[in-house]
Amino acid sequence: MEYEVVVGLETHAELSTITKLFCGCSTKFGAEPNSQVCPVCLGMPGVLPVMNKKAFESAMKVALALNCTINKFTNFDRKSYYYPDLPKNYQISQNYYNLGVDGYMNIDVNGTIKKVRIHNVHLEEEAGKLIHPEEVGANYSLVDFNRAGVPLLEIVSQPDMRSTDEVESYMQTLRKILLYTEVSDCKMQEGSLRFEASISLREKGTEKLGNRVEIKNLNSMKSVIKGMEYEAKRQAELLDRGETIARETRLWDEVNERSERMRSKEEAQDYRYFPEPDLLPVLIDEKWMSEIKSTIPELPFDRRQRFMEVFKLSDYDASCLTEEKVLADFFEYCLSISDRPKAFCNWIINDLLREAKDRKLDIYNLPIKPKQLAALVETIERGIISSTIAKEVFSEMILTGKDPQKIIEEKKLVQINDEGFIESVIDKMIASNPNVVEDYKKGKKNALAFLIGQVMKETKGKANPKLVNELLVKKVGG
Amino acid sequence: MSLLQSTAYQIKNKIISREIKSVDLVSSLFTRIKHVENNIQAFIVTDEKKAIHDAIEIDKRIERGEEVGLLAGIPVAVKDNICTKSLPTTCASKILQNFIPPYDAFIVRRLKEEDAIIIGKTNLDEFAMGSSTENSGFKITRNPWNLECVPGGSSGGSASAVAADVAYMALGSDTGGSIRQPAALCGIVGVKPTYGRVSRYGLVAFGSSLDQIGPLTKDVRDAALLMQVIAGYDSCDSTSVKVPVPDYMEGIESDVKGLRIGIPKEYFATGLKSDVHTVIKDALKVYKRLGVEIIDISLPHTEYAVAVYYIVANAEASSNLARYDGVRYGYRSNNAQGVIDMYSKTRAEGFGNEVKRRIMLGNYALSSGYYDAYYLKASRVRTLIKNDFDAAFEKVDCIMSPTSPVPAFKIGERANNPLEMYLSDIYTIPANLAGIPGISIPCGFSKEHLPIGLQILAKHFEEKKLLQIAYAFERETDFHLKKPPLNVSSLQGA
Repeated sequence: MEYEVVVGLETHAELSTITKLFCGCSTKFGAEPNSQVCPVCLGMPGVLPVMNKKAFESAMKVALALNCTINKFTNFDRKSYYYPDLPKNYQISQNYYNLGVDGYMNIDVNGTIKKVRIHNVHLEEEAGKLIHPEEVGANYSLVDFNRAGVPLLEIVSQPDMRSTDEVESYMQTLRKILLYTEVSDCKMQEGSLRFEASISLREKGTEKLGNRVEIKNLNSMKSVIKGMEYEAKRQAELLDRGETIARETRLWDEVNERSERMRSKEEAQDYRYFPEPDLLPVLIDEKWMSEIKSTIPELPFDRRQRFMEVFKLSDYDASCLTEEKVLADFFEYCLSISDRPKAFCNWIINDLLREAKDRKLDIYNLPIKPKQLAALVETIERGIISSTIAKEVFSEMILTGKDPQKIIEEKKLVQINDEGFIESVIDKMIASNPNVVEDYKKGKKNALAFLIGQVMKETKGKANPKLVNELLVKKVGG
Repeated sequence: MSLLQSTAYQIKNKIISREIKSVDLVSSLFTRIKHVENNIQAFIVTDEKKAIHDAIEIDKRIERGEEVGLLAGIPVAVKDNICTKSLPTTCASKILQNFIPPYDAFIVRRLKEEDAIIIGKTNLDEFAMGSSTENSGFKITRNPWNLECVPGGSSGGSASAVAADVAYMALGSDTGGSIRQPAALCGIVGVKPTYGRVSRYGLVAFGSSLDQIGPLTKDVRDAALLMQVIAGYDSCDSTSVKVPVPDYMEGIESDVKGLRIGIPKEYFATGLKSDVHTVIKDALKVYKRLGVEIIDISLPHTEYAVAVYYIVANAEASSNLARYDGVRYGYRSNNAQGVIDMYSKTRAEGFGNEVKRRIMLGNYALSSGYYDAYYLKASRVRTLIKNDFDAAFEKVDCIMSPTSPVPAFKIGERANNPLEMYLSDIYTIPANLAGIPGISIPCGFSKEHLPIGLQILAKHFEEKKLLQIAYAFERETDFHLKKPPLNVSSLQGA
């Protein structure tokens, strides 16, 4: 039988606020275990939470960026379960009045635009981390509470995805939005961005959703795709054998690339949600909402579309430039100086990006500033230097941070457009290479390229290549 | 009257004027504690050394003419569910035995800022769950008026200590009557402030939407003095409210003429002991003499208050007490295998029966499929109860009733009947559900010569008015001056 895979994703993103959600402890990653804790985030008797306004606003920003309806009355709830990394044995989360509901996000799936609906966006607190000792036979575990209480955003999609391509695009698009809105650093290796997938199959062409299985412990986007493929195959095999799919939660085993049952639906926890009495409900008015809305930059999807339409860039170029906000900003900064989109695009994607990667620097931390790149492009476009010389100037700029004009001046790199001078060099080359000239006349076209090369070499690359070509053809071809 | 029998307000001026030294007061207080503590068992822990040290410091500062705080040199006791950095905070539970918090509660900081001498931590029903202090995991506190009787609860230790003159003032917490009821049963003054008036930061949570810290004192003026210190906004408690704190002492003598007092008919129905009823009627006569208007009112949803309370409070408690799991602090069972076993054994061995009962009730009320029928419905009825009060306060300035339907009962008398015990708080619970302030003042004695308390309730943030109304009664009567027959010599070795 042919099946359609139906996928929904739950995304957890740690918000990059300076302090935790309910106390003043630092959220910095990688500190000595239990060095960023206080009575509040340790769940000591008698402590009370106080909401981090910045975290709340970041959550609202994402909810708005994902086109959610903001609940004017939003509240926090206690989600109860016992686990040693959860200090209070309840997590302050949202259940009854989520911050944002009924949103959507557009994704691009191989050139086709698809709308994925967002069920809700809500804010909660992160748990600590269990450390299991490596020694054999150890009968204890350790807990690091540094992470406990870090603000965590949960974004729940509707089961709207139907393929790995769609899931891949959803994850990438969402990641970019979180980066563009500057709410999370989205470092998957540090766990600040995590995905959980709900997967079900149904017979192609039917409407009714199958029993869904949740997959946890997907530590990278790659494992989301692998876990999803594995699960779709597993379910298809079961269905083909006439079996039913058990509603359950499975754990992805990254090493062996397979999943194992963690718990069935019957074993699912009863979280006993109830409104958190230690926090007041948050009332959101239009003014606050529009203030937050005004801080949302143009999002990557829209920006890419605009780059394609307005600057006539290719899909590939526009995607590259909008991959990171800083890159697109750099590009537009250059454009504000001179209107040469394609040239800037090439320099940024091919040269600047490579340099930034080599040096592990942000593009803004390279010695070349938009103003200087614009000047370089301008000298090429005006024929002051050739594009070959431009590469040399660029290398010097990267090293010294000097303005291109200055480098061109110092190194005397200005393009030679003096026809008389170029002709004299051509004459010299023709004279010393009579055989090549003969070859050309006999119809060997690449002989001309050799002669051009000789002229360029003689002028240290400064001769205007177009002019050299023209004059040479006139001389030898006449 | 001996110094130990004086009020805080009376000795405060003597200390500041250097007529007496705080250190002498503290010494003689500890001598008395040694004499009576065996009988009343009010304290879980005392800290004589620190108290003496602090008293000497205050005396020095006064001698140097330095400015000192509102409670300079006054010995104060603190209920043992309020966090103190230097002293264990156990909530009278084995699960927190020897637990010393790494921080001071907001109000403990306030006490220290105002130069009070914290003498020790008082006994309570485990995690403040109870009305008799019999549910303490460590000891049973006795009523100084009759050592065979309970002091009420859950702030029984604080009430007993003040009544027995081993603390000038004490702090308690009130979730459903835990300040007012023991104050009534011990013949002292107890105030439950408006929800949000006093920071809960550092009060070990029982029912978070109901808990308030408040004073237990020898008279109304002392209650005003202690309220002055503890009331106020705290940015660490999101439910504390930014309402300016009035001067509670100023104008406390104000006249009550023309005041409209509401008498809710539902509070004088079945279950009210006849001599309590008689004493309350007599108290109302005193007010009538002062020119008040007595108005019959109805609080129609009163009959649901106890049920609503035990759903809301226990639901919140079941969640608040989830953190006592043996992972980070407090008691951990030694004979557990694996983490789940550690949780169950730690909690099975650490909590007492009443606490377990409430955790189970609370979890049940919150569990999937029951939430709407219990917690949600209870929350809605809670709103109706609050509306009853709002409507009543349109017609009257305050509401008066007995604080407790009965005077102090015998130890063990109700211990095996939780339902009957729960009904001890029938008159006090509605104020917690509505968040309004209440006070209990001594207003007479039962046939067995046990104290009876008059409860006065007012609108949100009207503590000042409550204190004025209460003071008017106190000025006309001498019940607050009566001392329990705690004859030290006859008690020794008892």
